[in-house]
Amino acid sequence: MRQTRSVEIGTGLFVLLGMTSLFFLTTQTTGGDDFRADSVYSVEARFENVGSLRERAPVTMSGVTIGRVTDVTFDPVALEAIVSFVIDAQYDQIPDDSDASILTSGILGSQYVGLQAGGSPMYLDDGSEIMFTQSAIVLENLIGKFLVNAGSEDEE
Amino acid sequence: MRRVVNDIRNNTLEFLRTFGAFQLFFLRILRYSPAVLFGRFDLVVKQVYNTGALSLVIIMICGLFVGAVLALQAYANMSKFNAEDWTGVAAAFALVKELGPVMTALLFAGRAGTALTSEIGLMKATDQLSAMEMMAVNPVRRVLVPRFLGGVIAMPFLAAVFSAIGMFGAHLVGVELFQVDVGSFWQQIQLTVEMSDVNEGILKSVVFGVAASLIAVWEGYNTVPTAEGVGRATTRTVVITAIAILVFDFMITAALI
Repeated sequence: MRQTRSVEIGTGLFVLLGMTSLFFLTTQTTGGDDFRADSVYSVEARFENVGSLRERAPVTMSGVTIGRVTDVTFDPVALEAIVSFVIDAQYDQIPDDSDASILTSGILGSQYVGLQAGGSPMYLDDGSEIMFTQSAIVLENLIGKFLVNAGSEDEE
Repeated sequence: MRRVVNDIRNNTLEFLRTFGAFQLFFLRILRYSPAVLFGRFDLVVKQVYNTGALSLVIIMICGLFVGAVLALQAYANMSKFNAEDWTGVAAAFALVKELGPVMTALLFAGRAGTALTSEIGLMKATDQLSAMEMMAVNPVRRVLVPRFLGGVIAMPFLAAVFSAIGMFGAHLVGVELFQVDVGSFWQQIQLTVEMSDVNEGILKSVVFGVAASLIAVWEGYNTVPTAEGVGRATTRTVVITAIAILVFDFMITAALI
């Protein structure tokens, strides 16, 4: 009897330790979901070029994550990308003439949507669209432009 | 000439027969698994203790040193690009996706797999399995299935412990020894490692757990019932498990990439 008991205690400790490790790995080494909100409202914005923006990318204002990109689609008529994202409902006083730009964290980091407050007395709410947008800066295009400029200067 | 052709033919047939028998054996184990899992869970717990809890010490020590050496290597190379902050990321990816599951499975084969094989092999050599059959006790159900299930349950936990302790080792080397900033060390890890990476590690450890336990149990059950036979079976367990795990590792990684 005593022996069974110690086996059971040992097994219990082992499984607990395993679960703690799994919990540690899933919560401490991954940082996928730092945005959590009970209620949200969704907003759309149209961009000429979204770069490598993907679903689940963060939406930030003043550097604080206030929302998350839910969908990136292409409008076949207007030939633009439509980015839908949700914003935590507690931030309901964002002026509706705020502008959205696609930014990169660090020089090679992932892309996110940054909002910059406008001055309108009207606020964004569910289903509204952000009018002022700035596309992603694509590094390859920049390098291309730089090279072309450098070349033309040489000719002069 | 004809003898050579005959030999090749016989060997091929023998290989195919063994391989087929192995698959049938797997099905047989699977068939009894639910009944044992729900009916005789106490037997499974005993085996989780034998294969899992008793392997903890070796897993933890190895995990600590593997994590530490990964951080050493990563730091030495990253510092050439002034990217010391990425030391943790390199160690985390290597641990969570590859070395955690693979090293754990290899250690498991050496520590628990050999114990399973020699235990079952000795039972066979001393006619305990036949004695069970005489008493109308199914040895597959009473002896093999609990050991198989114990290994399958223990492996993911062991791999998780290995990776977690490994991260601690990497932290010791990166942050305490080389003075990488603790904030950027962990922030880079959290920004880069995703849930899918952890899931890949878990999937691998489950597959390796099934493979390692099944091979150990199979080799034990098919031991030539002599002292020499038990020794051979134990060696074969380690060799075959190591090969199977590395091949599976390649296939899973290739499939998920």
